[in-house]
Amino acid sequence: MSMRRLLVYVMLIAGAVSFIYPFLWMGSISLRPISEFHDLGLFSENFTLANYQAVFDRIPIGRAFINSCFIAGTVTCSVLFFSSLVGYSLAKLQFKGQGAIMAIVMISMMIPGQLTLIPLYQLIVYFGWADSYLGLIVPSLMSGLGILIFRQTFMTIPYELMEAARMEGASEFQILRKIFWPLAKPAIVIIGILTFMGSWNEVLWPMIVVHDKAMMTLPQMVVLFTKGGESGGQFGIEMAANMMLVLPIIISYSFFQKYFVEALASSGIKG
Amino acid sequence: MQSEQSNSKAGLVFTSPYVIHLLVFFLYPVGFSLYLVVHRWDLITDPQYVGLRNFKYLMSDHLFWQALTNTLYFLAIHIPLQIIIALALAIALAKPLKGRVFFRATFFLPVVISGAAVTILWQRLYSTEGGLINYVLSLVGIDAVPWLTDPGIAMPAIAIMATWKNLGLYIVFFLAGILAIPQPVYEAAKMEGASSWQEFRYITLPLLKPTMLLVVVLSTLGGFNLFIEPYVMTGGGPLGSTMSVVLYMYKQAFSFQHMGYAATLGFALALIIMVCVFTQKKYLDSERYY
Repeated sequence: MSMRRLLVYVMLIAGAVSFIYPFLWMGSISLRPISEFHDLGLFSENFTLANYQAVFDRIPIGRAFINSCFIAGTVTCSVLFFSSLVGYSLAKLQFKGQGAIMAIVMISMMIPGQLTLIPLYQLIVYFGWADSYLGLIVPSLMSGLGILIFRQTFMTIPYELMEAARMEGASEFQILRKIFWPLAKPAIVIIGILTFMGSWNEVLWPMIVVHDKAMMTLPQMVVLFTKGGESGGQFGIEMAANMMLVLPIIISYSFFQKYFVEALASSGIKG
Repeated sequence: MQSEQSNSKAGLVFTSPYVIHLLVFFLYPVGFSLYLVVHRWDLITDPQYVGLRNFKYLMSDHLFWQALTNTLYFLAIHIPLQIIIALALAIALAKPLKGRVFFRATFFLPVVISGAAVTILWQRLYSTEGGLINYVLSLVGIDAVPWLTDPGIAMPAIAIMATWKNLGLYIVFFLAGILAIPQPVYEAAKMEGASSWQEFRYITLPLLKPTMLLVVVLSTLGGFNLFIEPYVMTGGGPLGSTMSVVLYMYKQAFSFQHMGYAATLGFALALIIMVCVFTQKKYLDSERYY
């Protein structure tokens, strides 16, 4: 092995360690008793689930987990369904106002969310949706990025397939459902991952509209737990709560690593 | 003819839920923000028309300017750091080597994880009492750094964390950019006797310009979106040194109930972001690397 190659490996391995070790350490600390909090190693003879027990005792984290799953799941299904409808209309149909809709999709993506944050909160309060699933879910039901990705994918599907189905009397929705959805699986996976992850990790919006503990999302509750003092500053317990926040994503990532990378890379290029 | 009619009807039906949602949850808030910026409102009493007073206050509000300067300070550290490290790792990973997939997956891990979780973890890593980072530094003889309590260091500390969080994504962008450069270009350069450095300087770097632009724009957007990082780690302190514009907006709205002024901050920030992104695109499109 040449000197240069060796240097490259040293750099990569050092990098990899600095990316993995903090996570391993977090996992280790979350499983160790209070007396070992200052230990920077990974192994101990005293592994225990006491910290996790303490988290469950002090905050309704199970409820927060279910809230997050429900919210991210609903948002993802809605974004997939409605974005594919609009994407199909923009790619394959002709109708009045089509150009205007395309333009407004682009504009809605260009305008930074900070502009609408406060007015949107007012609207949610006006509807009486603060501290409710509606307030957390409804503003995110549609996605401009989802529409653009579907539109691009659908444009590559030949018209001949549609014409044949139309001849047989299929409705536009049947064409979308039976021909376009099955052919758009990669787009569905990409939009699904992006939307679910975005919703799961979102923390600013829940912090604005929700103050009732029963309605909190997982990241919001974990932040409140470590910031608000309920953890008593014991970081074994903080890390246990944090582990519950990252584990679902780490587990899905380890199975679908390739799709995650693809999804996030495509979001950057289009965003 | 009939099919065209049903075609047009389907288009309207398929897009109407989106259009309605957009009207209510995008266009109306945009319009309402224009109303709020010229009003004073505490959520309880009726909004009061104040003309341009919110903007006048904004211009002289040193906390706003400090938050903006903090963000620029963040970007001045974050962007170069990000580009140099991501580019170096991408170049290393572009060569055929063992474990390439493993390394790429590892560097990408923090990208998928919630910013809140990363921040909570790094708060521990930065701790001056038995934090991992100060421990590693002590091994090479560097004294403990008060990462989050020194006003001069707290923002760079957040910038380093943000770099760690996003690096994997930018490695993937650079890697895609490098792999898209046709091999014959390098072969021709080799024939002419170009050194590795010259190859990098005159081929790789200029051809990566679009990727550079993407990285700069995305990092800038990330910088202007800083919220949970200072919220968790420092609460905006010490001495306001990590106060971000979004955190300041959040505090104005929900700690002080200054809804009109918070909307004005959001309006100003949105404007600044659009100007920044537009300028970067223009500047980087015309800049020449060779």
